[in-house]
Amino acid sequence: MLLLTLLLRSVGFYFFTSSIQNPESNNSYTAKLEQLKTIGRELAMGSQGGFGQSKEFLDLVKSIGEARSKSEEDRIVLHEIETLKRRINEPDIPKRKMKEYIIRLVYIEMLGHDASFGYIHAVKMTHDDSLLLKRTGYLAVTLFLNEDHDLIILIVNTIQKDLKSDNFLVVCAALNACCKLINEETIPAVIQQVVELLGHQKEAVRKKAVMALHSFHQRSPSSVNHLISNFRKKLSDNDPGVMGATLCPLYDLIAIDVNPYKDLVASFVNILKQVAERRLPKSYDYHQTPAPFIQIKLLKIMALLGSGDKKSSEQMYTVIGDIMRKSDTASNIGNAILFECVCCISSIQPSPKLLETAADAIAKFLKSDSHNLKYMGIDALGRLIRINPDIAEQHQLAVIDCLEDPDDTLKRKTFELLYKMTKSSNVEVIVDRMIDYMISINDSHYKTETASRCVELAEQFAPSNHWFIQTMNKVFQHAGDLVNPKVAHNLMRLIAEGFGEDDDAADSQLRSSAVESYLKIVDDPKLPSAFLQVICWVLGEYGTADGKYSASYISGKLCDVAEAHSSDDIIRAYAVTALMKVYCFEKSAGRKTSLLPECQLLLEELSASHSSDLQQRAYEFRAILDLDANAVENIMPLDASCEDIEIDKSLSFLDNYVHKSLEQGAEPYIPENERSGTLNISNIINRNPYEHPAHSLRFEAYEVPKLVVPTKLSPAVTYPTELVPVPEPSYQPTVSSGPVSDAGSGSGSTELRLRLDGVQKKWGKPAYSSAASSSTSNIDSQRTTVNGATQPDNVTSKSREPRQPHVEVSEEKQKLAASLFGGRTARPERKQSGSAAGHSKVSRTTNHGEDKAQPTTVTTAVQPPPPDLLDLGESSGAASSYSSTVDPFKQLEGLLDLSQDGHAVTTTTGPDLMSLYSGASTNGQNQNQNLNPLLNEKDNMNGAPNPSNRTASLTKGPSLKDALDKDALVRQMGVNPTSQNPNLFSDLLG
Amino acid sequence: MIRAVIVINDQGKPRLVKFYDYQPVEKQQEIIRNIYGVLCSRAENVSNFVQDSTFGPDTRLVYKTFATLYFIVIFDDSENELAILDLMQVFVETLDKCFGNVCELDIVFNFNKVHTILDEIILGGQVVEMSSSEVVKALDDITRLEKNPNSIVRVPKSISGWQGR
Repeated sequence: MLLLTLLLRSVGFYFFTSSIQNPESNNSYTAKLEQLKTIGRELAMGSQGGFGQSKEFLDLVKSIGEARSKSEEDRIVLHEIETLKRRINEPDIPKRKMKEYIIRLVYIEMLGHDASFGYIHAVKMTHDDSLLLKRTGYLAVTLFLNEDHDLIILIVNTIQKDLKSDNFLVVCAALNACCKLINEETIPAVIQQVVELLGHQKEAVRKKAVMALHSFHQRSPSSVNHLISNFRKKLSDNDPGVMGATLCPLYDLIAIDVNPYKDLVASFVNILKQVAERRLPKSYDYHQTPAPFIQIKLLKIMALLGSGDKKSSEQMYTVIGDIMRKSDTASNIGNAILFECVCCISSIQPSPKLLETAADAIAKFLKSDSHNLKYMGIDALGRLIRINPDIAEQHQLAVIDCLEDPDDTLKRKTFELLYKMTKSSNVEVIVDRMIDYMISINDSHYKTETASRCVELAEQFAPSNHWFIQTMNKVFQHAGDLVNPKVAHNLMRLIAEGFGEDDDAADSQLRSSAVESYLKIVDDPKLPSAFLQVICWVLGEYGTADGKYSASYISGKLCDVAEAHSSDDIIRAYAVTALMKVYCFEKSAGRKTSLLPECQLLLEELSASHSSDLQQRAYEFRAILDLDANAVENIMPLDASCEDIEIDKSLSFLDNYVHKSLEQGAEPYIPENERSGTLNISNIINRNPYEHPAHSLRFEAYEVPKLVVPTKLSPAVTYPTELVPVPEPSYQPTVSSGPVSDAGSGSGSTELRLRLDGVQKKWGKPAYSSAASSSTSNIDSQRTTVNGATQPDNVTSKSREPRQPHVEVSEEKQKLAASLFGGRTARPERKQSGSAAGHSKVSRTTNHGEDKAQPTTVTTAVQPPPPDLLDLGESSGAASSYSSTVDPFKQLEGLLDLSQDGHAVTTTTGPDLMSLYSGASTNGQNQNQNLNPLLNEKDNMNGAPNPSNRTASLTKGPSLKDALDKDALVRQMGVNPTSQNPNLFSDLLG
Repeated sequence: MIRAVIVINDQGKPRLVKFYDYQPVEKQQEIIRNIYGVLCSRAENVSNFVQDSTFGPDTRLVYKTFATLYFIVIFDDSENELAILDLMQVFVETLDKCFGNVCELDIVFNFNKVHTILDEIILGGQVVEMSSSEVVKALDDITRLEKNPNSIVRVPKSISGWQGR
């Protein structure tokens, strides 16, 4: 049955195909459409079918239009594709027919179906002599192909030919295609002709040639850099249309670098003046406004040129004032220009008089009934308050109105404005509003943005600890999974550090209120993972600190968390570490400690967990249970998350021991890459390390123990890239001396967290340690002075002005307005939020619980090590392990800052780099260190210099090419005086 | 720069799709679907602007409804929202001049002509013409030439100054 219908349908198609040549059928269909249209019919359909389409195409469109479902539509289109595939490859298709097929292909692709089978025919059509077909071909290829498509190369030749045509319409069509289809590789093929066309007699051609050149510049600035002077020349073109087109590339160029174009300020001002004075022909008017797009572009360019440049700005004042005075506020386009003037005024060096005019214009916008104008008003206000913060107060009620407007766009814009004008006196109102709004929207992109803004404002302006914690709770509860993991990190840091004041009471109050609020919500089953991590960490670190809650209560809650989120290993890891901390604090405080039964159960379960990380934590916890209070206190000192930990990267404290051993005839350590054969773990476990295959002695590595850190010594923390299952029996004895290190109080990522087991194995029994040395070949990833104590602490600039009391006004809106705008407190200098501040703050908190194991491990660290202890020279291994040996919180940050770190690595060298970048994340720092003193010292030993070091020196500094380009640019500037520009129009007008 | 001009009808069917940055077909469809979803949920008598993150954080979207069609322009911060709104007006006015009482069907059946009109107004993502009569004039030239390929339009010998327009 279906087959039959299909057959019928295709017969139908054939029928229609036969009728296509008959103009009658076209006309009859047109007659049906007569009701819909009145005049201009001939133009639309064309007597020869000009733009008109065949019946077949009309039917296709019609049937698609009538399709009741997407699947029905797809079926029709697929059928059409089948038909076209068959027909388009038939021999000797009449050209007109082919044109129609191409149009149908375009239509099909517009509907989202693949028409690539016909691309080649569209390319062929561009070769046709007939303009109609050629244009259709060009249209199709510009829609089908991107500039890197394989078929482009087939078109370039045609474009070349067409650019030379003496028919300007052909040239225009080719230039249109140039804008879309010419890529970096093919630019040289056409560039010469395009430049020649800049001097074409027809202004339409010149205009399009300018745009084509502009699009080349966008694609590949370097290939047209030598032609940029042409844009300047064309600025003085006879035709205002060409001049207007030239403003587009100039705007882009000026946005990149203002300085080479400062000399054009006078020209731009003059052009704008002449345009505003209606000295352009009437045909450029739009609704009685002269050449609005030219005016807008010029104002945008002037905003760029006048920014921070008093001299240039002063030249602009008069003309901007004139335009604003003359502007037609009744029309849309008049307001567009007015808005652009306000933008320009807010960008250039401020002029009091213009600022006043701008404020008036904003007032008009905001008072308007049109949502569009209100939107522009809010936008403009946001720009102007950067210069004059007081201006917002005049418009407070209007702003509040916009905040409550049903229009979402307007609302968002207003929140943006509020974000810009937040100060400590209104932060509560604004952030509360933002959170409400954040909860109400679904768009995850915008939700994330709002959430991070809330966090940022709360951190900057929080009036009280309690409010801050509450706010963060709300943000995390509703958008915890959307916010950047960095935010969670920041929150932990803030709770650990307090607000940077040396007020311990305030800090502990902050922590208590955090603990209290977290205990209230921790049972909510829908908390996002990131937030639960914070909760677990805080409960572990500070849950019992103020003595308000008993250890067993906190433990119970933590066990509940671990149980409720049994599928989330990260949360469980946080929870079990927190449990361990609670236990340790209790024990070191000398209180009686006993593990809750559910905690026991949890430990048992985790000891057999599929996740080796969880297993590890469970075993460590169990090991701690057997230790005495003194050892425990050393492992887990109370409230030490902010202490710095210094790590002796080179393990220099072992040098004496190593020397002694060597003197006593021990075998020296042989770097892994110099050992023969691949390392088999089981082999090594069974092998006596002293029977290591003989190699020549390499003493160099141990002659330069320069990186001696005098004070605290620390365990080598490492993260074995391959996971080593921890065998219980052999592990316990190693641990008994107490070096169990908590691998991350609240450390986030399971995969990348610190692993100390490898290190201990190093110092354990010989057999065991050799196993470790093989499995943790990258043992040399010890950290030194985690974040360089040299970093100045600029955290303390927190502004926490006392909140201003709200003025009680009966009307709610006025109240809101008062709270938003009322406080006349000068807005404190906003701290550099984000990376810079983040880094410096971080420097104080990089070491969380996991590092607390440090003091004890030092004592245990100096156990008799086997000789193959120090594989320090293994710097290629080090490179990988360094990047992975990071504080887990740090890593969250490191992930974000990778690019920056990479930059740091490539651009900086020299031994003082540590102090320069000590604030950067450990990740980058480690790399730096790896590259620098350490590497240099160990290089000889390795025989192979670190490749990354080489790239660093190669890519260092600005590229020569850039410098040359810039130089060429500057010279062009000199060559092209622009004195003729000012009287561009006056010349012509006589 | 203007990133895209899209015309869809009130059922979300694309009627004209022009991206000035190349986008694969699937991506185009996704963008159109998203935009349609956003526009549908917008109330009447609100602004014509939508903040849009299709092409990055700074892109904005301006739309205007004409009868059954949404005209949509996506652009970045080098354009002015209100001006783009008028640009759409120019576009539609030009369509109206060419088709006479333009309706959705005209655009569907003559979308290659609509593309031609659009190319005269926006080139390579930049506005090059704001006068609908100029566009109509250029279009007439093209149509005449296409109809009668033998009458090649001679380029005038003298430079046609802009006074002559």
